[in-house]
Parts: sequence; structure tokens; C-alpha cells
Amino acid sequence: MKHIISILLENESGALSRVAGLFSARGYNIESLTVAPTDDSSLSRMTLVTSGTDEIIEQICKQLNKLVDVVKLVDLTEDTHVELELVLIKVRAKDKERDEIKRLVDIFHGQIIDLSDTTYTMEVTGDSEKIDALLEALSGIKILEVVRSGLMGIARGEKAFG
Amino acid sequence: MELTGAEIIIECLKAEDIDYVFGYPGGAVLHIYDALHKQDDVKHILVRHEQGATHAADGYARSTGKPGVVLVTSGPGATNAVTGIATAYMDSIPMIVITGQVHKHLIGNDAFQEVDSVGITRPIVKHNFLIKDVKDVASVFKKAFHVATTGRPGPVVIDIPKDITADKTTFAYPDDINMRSYCPVEKGHSGQIKRAVDLMVNAKQPIIYTGGGVILGNGSEELRTFTRKLGYPITQTLMGLGAFPASDELSLGMLGMHGTYEANMGMHHCDVLIAIGARFDDRVTGALEKFCPDAKIIHVDVDPASISKNVKVDVPIVGDVKQVVTEFNLALEKIETRNNEAELKKWWSQINEWRSQDCLKYDRGSDTIKPQFVVEELFKVTQGDAFVTSDVGQHQMFAAQYYGFDEPRRWINSGGLGTMGFGLPAAMGVQLAHPDDMVACVTGEASIQMCLQELATCRQYCLPIKVINLNNRYMGMVRQWQEFFYEERYAMSYMDALPDFVALVESYGHVGIRVDKPEDVRPALEKAFAMKDKLVFIDFITDQKENVFPMVPAGAGLNEMILGSS
Repeated sequence: MKHIISILLENESGALSRVAGLFSARGYNIESLTVAPTDDSSLSRMTLVTSGTDEIIEQICKQLNKLVDVVKLVDLTEDTHVELELVLIKVRAKDKERDEIKRLVDIFHGQIIDLSDTTYTMEVTGDSEKIDALLEALSGIKILEVVRSGLMGIARGEKAFG
Repeated sequence: MELTGAEIIIECLKAEDIDYVFGYPGGAVLHIYDALHKQDDVKHILVRHEQGATHAADGYARSTGKPGVVLVTSGPGATNAVTGIATAYMDSIPMIVITGQVHKHLIGNDAFQEVDSVGITRPIVKHNFLIKDVKDVASVFKKAFHVATTGRPGPVVIDIPKDITADKTTFAYPDDINMRSYCPVEKGHSGQIKRAVDLMVNAKQPIIYTGGGVILGNGSEELRTFTRKLGYPITQTLMGLGAFPASDELSLGMLGMHGTYEANMGMHHCDVLIAIGARFDDRVTGALEKFCPDAKIIHVDVDPASISKNVKVDVPIVGDVKQVVTEFNLALEKIETRNNEAELKKWWSQINEWRSQDCLKYDRGSDTIKPQFVVEELFKVTQGDAFVTSDVGQHQMFAAQYYGFDEPRRWINSGGLGTMGFGLPAAMGVQLAHPDDMVACVTGEASIQMCLQELATCRQYCLPIKVINLNNRYMGMVRQWQEFFYEERYAMSYMDALPDFVALVESYGHVGIRVDKPEDVRPALEKAFAMKDKLVFIDFITDQKENVFPMVPAGAGLNEMILGSS
């Protein structure tokens, strides 16, 4: 099962490689990883998507917690949460394709953020299924480039992590 | 007054009450060596290879409980230390390794003797630091010692560029430490402790299984009280030997791959397993699906990640072993009567039946020297009172099986990583920490050659270690596996072109004795231990084909041991 693990870690050089190294050393898989500083510049927030049995996820959380640079972590999938991914897609867009692509972007509540005579670049956010569905819908179009941010997540309601 | 980075390092070591540093100089650490040279409080032991420095610091740490300190240069100095750092990491030994680094502005330029020490050591340290400003030296050292010695201990590497050891700043060693991301749990959960005590006092076929965590956590006294109060059988891992006395009736000896019949059968048939400071290592459990099939498992460990890692447990207790076992003892004191006495009696009679197998028997009438016999004689000559280090292989198992350790921190070996070459340098650290005690290094002719150069260090510092070389002209454990599992195809396990060990050690200024008859074993040991100020190397020419029994083969359960033929 997919788990979204949200981690607060010291914003120090090498902290990211400790996390990445832990996963490769212990044979855990990382499906996606996003990391950036938080409003507190001494902390980074990392969102890591992984999968495995309950035992493996428990072990992943324990091993992550053992890293000295990890301040705290939470498995967002244990409770209700919002998850979101951003995707940038550059496609070939010529002649009548241009209208069709524009319609598609509207359906997915995205935006065209850049264009040239022959291309469109669109931005869409949503959960992973929505992004997958968009890519599926674009299957008839020549895709030049796809940049996915990886999943980010946050708990619903009052609960705040930090 | 302002001090240089190098001087600050020395001040930090003094503040941490460090008496020895084990190391080897080189370009990147010359400022630090210069600062060492100008003072007498911190003594430096010059090894002959950086691996030796780490093992010596490790032996020092294991035998004292204090952190061992290593100082090596950048590049090859750091990479040579890697095996010793990994050894300490696997066995959770507190150690500080200071590695020199090239000048800050050269980092990343493939400079002379540059390696990414922090990157290379990351997976084998509890934590590591690269210092980028002289102002951080004191606080990094404070943190490093704190991290290395608390919770589940481990090695910490501090990488320090050469220019920072010359930069100056004012020195103040921090009194307190505040690390928001590091706060090991000490006190066990009281509800879980109560559940555990309920479970253990109602057990019908209980067994206590303890590991190196009891020794690391200084919980030996509490464990003794606990075990005796319950009157339950206890078995200890390779790393745990000595926490509970081997000579006590309640002790079943070591468990696992080369554990005793009674210990392994006791584990397999128990209904309640009380695991304390042990980590269910594969060498202990055998095949996981066959491990303790009928047991409810209580597991006390300071490291939450050790709990339910390999074996799912019923009552996990995260906490400092000493504190949790003290809580157990307090709870047990309040219990007036226990109603499991009849079952316990039956359990003990079953255990004693297993014991009567006498699984450690061997051919005592042999014309050739049996390695087991040498260890038994070593025990008698030293009256069980020596510090014993070992390398890795058959001799290590024989030492663990036949030298009955009654005290913690006396048995010093590389259990987790299984590092050949550990024994001699580790013995140096032990002997320096305990100058008046007997220190024996039980080794083999293959292992000893992996850090043989340290014989020179032993000479330089007059370390009167007794090296017990069980010389069977084979890499014994490799040979044993090849005999059992590879139809006696002895690929590369024969030790050809061996040196004349007696002549070799004499060339270093030590005493060498060769023994090839069983009747000469005792006199040689007595002679060696009578030479209190000399390193004596006894080359025992032992039976070539002796095997370590009992043995749990790979893939088997603990109840599926191969017992010896004799």
C-alpha cells in the first residue's frame, strides 16, 4: 500500500543524502520525494512516497526517526489528508490540436503557462490519479516533456505538523 | 584568549576526560598533532595502520564503557579506518573518529589525499559532521560525544578541514546540549512494564535471552537480580556473554548458530521469551519462520528500530535496559506468591535433560592439541579473570563456548561485522585501559595476519598481551563450511606460506613459544602469564580438522542442530 511520509528535518547539507542513503542501504523503495525549506529556515519539509507491508512501513518510520537530522515525521496516510501533485507538460501543439489541447486543459482545471508557435506548456495540479488521467487523455498528442513534482500532502482539519 | 581549531580539539578531549587517542599522523592533521605534542593530558598511541587505531579505540571502549577516540588523516587515513568504524557501528560501540580533511577551498577539487569522508562513512556511523567554521568545533565535539554515548551508542565521525585547525576563535566548551532532533527514550512505558511482568510471572516454560545491550547499558547487576529473583533459565548472545555469570546454575550458555543444545532447545520450546538488549540477529534466530513457535515475546531495547524488526514481538518496551530491568525488579518485589512453581520445576527438569547431552564435549584424549582444550586451559591459568579479545572464525566460537565469562566487558569480539584482524589491536586498547590486568588475544593464524603490524605498537608501548594463536593451517570456519556444504572442496582456505611466528614476534622484540603437544599447553600458558611485562605469542599447532559444534545450519530452526560426533 502507498504511504505518504512527511518529514521535518534539519536544513543542513547532507541531511537529504542521509534519508536517500537509508532507503537504498535497506532496500526500501522511494516512489517520489519532494523537499524544500519551511517557513522556519532551519527546517526542511520532505514528503516521501513509499510502499510496503505494514511491517516495512513501521521499520521505515523507525529507521527515519533514528537519523539524527530527522526532527519528526508523520505517516499522513494513517489519517485523513489532502494530497496534491503539480505537473508541467510540454506538448506539440499545431493547428487544430491547439483548440483541442486547450479544452483538455480546461477540463482538468489546468492552465497554459507558456506557448510557442508549435508548443503549449501546461500546468495542472491534483492527486496522482488525476495527473495520470490527464496523461492518458493526452495520449493522442505528442508529449515533449513531463515534469512531475512528486506528491505533497497535509493533514485535514485542526491537526498541524510542525 | 583565542585558540586554534587544533588546540580547541585538544581542549574538547580534555573536557570529555579522554586519556588516550589512537591515531596516525598525516598532512591534514599536522596542526592537531602539533597541538597534541604541546601537552601531556591526552596521550597519543601511534598505531601502524589506521584500522588498528579504530579497533584499539574500540577495545578501549568495550572494556571501559568510555568512548574510544581515533585521529586519522584525510584520504587513505579515513578509508583505512572504515572497517574499524563499521565494526564499532555493528556492535553499537561509542567511538569518536576525527578525520582530517583537505583545506575548505579545495573540497570537491579532487585534491591530494581528498575523499568524501562524510559520504563514505555515512551508512556506518550513528552520525557524522563536517566542520565548516572554527566557531563550531566545540559545539560539534559536544554533540558528537553526546550522540556517541547515549541511547544506542555508536561511532561518530568528525571531519575537519586543515585550515579550520589553524583558524582561531575563543574557546568555551558548552555545558548543556540541546538537540531537538535527538532525544533517546530512557524510561520504559509503565503499562507495558506491567504487562510484561504479568506475562513473565505466569510463564510455564520461560527463558531469558539477553544481548550486548545489557553490557552497553551497564545493566548487568540489575539483570543478575532479575534472573535470580525469577529463577528462570538465561541464555546470552555472543555479544552478551558475561552480563550474567557463565558459572551460575541458571545460565544455559550461548545461543544461536554455535549455541549450546540446552539454550537453543530452551528457546525453541519456551512459552514466554524475555529478550533484553538483544536484536534477534540472524545468527541467533536461525530460520525466522521456525523461531520460538509457541512463545509470547517481551522485548526490551533502547532502540525502537530493533523491536519487531526481524521477529514480531508481543510486548515491546523501548527504554534504557538498566532502568527497565530495575522497574521489573521493583514490580517483582511486590509479588508475594507465584503459581507457576510446579510447571517451572518440570521445565527445569526438561532443561537439565537437554544439558545432560553435554553438547560441548570433545575428544580429550587426542594426541594433537584440540583448540577447545587450549581455551579451557587458558581459563584455568587465568582463573577466568582475563580480558579476552578474539578475531573471527572457529577460534572466536571456541573462546566464546569454553571461556566461561562471569563478568561483563571481559569478552571483546567483533560480533556483528565479524572483522578478522580485530583481536590484536583491540587487545591493545584493553591493555592500555587495564594496565595491571591479564589480556589474552585468542586468534588464529589467518586472522592474526590481518593486523599483524600492530605487534610494533605493542612493543613501543610495552603492552604485555598474551596472544593465543590457534594455528590449524586453515581458515578454520571457511574450511568447516566447505567440509559440510561444499563436499570438502577446500577452495583457498588452506594457509600456505605461513611465517615462523616465533621468529617473527621475536624480531619485534616479543617472546614467542611454539607448542605442539597437549601436555605442553598448560606449562606454556603458565610461563607466558608469568612474564608480566612481555608480550608473549604462543603458537599452538592444533588439530587441523576440528569443527565447531553444535551448529545450526543455514535455513534450519534452533531445534535442528548438528551435534558433535564425539
